[in-house]
Amino acid sequence: MPREKKEAPIRVLIAKPGLDGHDRGAKVVARALRDSGMEVIYVGLRQTPEAIVDSAIEEDVDLVGLSILSGAHMVLFPRILKLLKERRAADIPVFAGGIIPDEDARRLRRAGVKAIFGPGARLDEIVTTARSIARRHA
Amino acid sequence: MTGRRPEPPEARAVQARDRRVLARLISMVENGDPRARPIQKALYPHTGHARIVGITGPLGVGKSSLVNALLGVLRARGVRVGIIGVDPTSPFSGGSVLGDRIRIDRAGGDEGVFFRSMASRGHTGGIAATTREVARLLDAFGMDIVLVETVGSGQVDVEIRRIASTSVVVLVPHLGDGVQSLKAGLFEIADVFTINKADLPGADGAARYLSEMTALGAGPDGWTPPVVQCSTVEGRGIEDLWKAVEAHEAFLDSGPGRARGEEARARAEIVDRVTGRIGLRLDGLLEENRELRELLGQVLDRSLDPGTASDRIYAALRHRL
Repeated sequence: MPREKKEAPIRVLIAKPGLDGHDRGAKVVARALRDSGMEVIYVGLRQTPEAIVDSAIEEDVDLVGLSILSGAHMVLFPRILKLLKERRAADIPVFAGGIIPDEDARRLRRAGVKAIFGPGARLDEIVTTARSIARRHA
Repeated sequence: MTGRRPEPPEARAVQARDRRVLARLISMVENGDPRARPIQKALYPHTGHARIVGITGPLGVGKSSLVNALLGVLRARGVRVGIIGVDPTSPFSGGSVLGDRIRIDRAGGDEGVFFRSMASRGHTGGIAATTREVARLLDAFGMDIVLVETVGSGQVDVEIRRIASTSVVVLVPHLGDGVQSLKAGLFEIADVFTINKADLPGADGAARYLSEMTALGAGPDGWTPPVVQCSTVEGRGIEDLWKAVEAHEAFLDSGPGRARGEEARARAEIVDRVTGRIGLRLDGLLEENRELRELLGQVLDRSLDPGTASDRIYAALRHRL
């Protein structure tokens, strides 16, 4: 088959940092992003910030989605943002989902997290936002 | 033209093991971005060091876990390892979930590993159209071994053969009756067979049966594929599996196998690339060229069969090729 020139799909990394065994939300979001035509690199549970940043760089993703329900977001998210910066990859946008209190969410946004979704977020809203903040707009 | 242009900075960066530049270059190659070409051209003379090993087999047999186990063995020896994990693209949405990375545990910041997930993007045969080129970039990056994990394969997904010098076919106990191994396809491309999940009952029987089949006669190249039992759960057999891969690589080096394989792969790549371009051009001509459109019309109204139409088109174009 001849290769056709097509638009490059958006590549997105979905990871769950830290010690948190609840990955249903992350899987549902991964599936929705896939169905919208994205290439989803799913690394799942118990990822260290270092491993997440390794993956984001090697996979050349256009965005990183982090899911967290453990309450450790104020430690793990800033650490991931810092590592991205240290490794000259601060241009890769990060969004988050999970149980994140409003005050924390405000602080995380100020620190550079592009979007934060709580438990009531609609899938189409997540997909639309992900598409709009991705590094390359396909 | 003999004027030597300076190497593009990206080519130098890849050789200097800049991971971000490599990752971006891989994306460009995957996306067919023409900016990748001069960089690939500059890197090509610096390739040929890495051995490309394919890991293939039906879905769910434990290919990703085996890749992870092999990674442990190789890193312990200081071998630098590139990994390409291929997963299918949805023909409906164009999207995919690439999950081969999930099985990999490695120390954070290990510079001796580079893992890239690839979506098949409509290519059939178990790999993506650009997997071969991506493997070559990992070679230029300085990897000693590139492990290519295919899409969970069916019986005819044998294209890994066209890029790897050793193909490992992974099976598990109770996959099917003995007749399966008589069939053409997957069973014919193995340089090494692995019965994974050998902690399960039935592994000995499966291994014995496969060994009997392979012992019936060596392949046309004179190599008899060994059968290795493995269990990634128990961490058993992984060293033996790698020894079997090394034995096959040594066999290739000891005879004409290496040179023959390399020639066959280079020929296949050139034929793929040229026929791909000719195909695109021809497709365009069937749209634009009046005579060709007429022939197409005759096929559609059944006054001409597709075989005869193709013969005429080929005869008309032959002198221009």
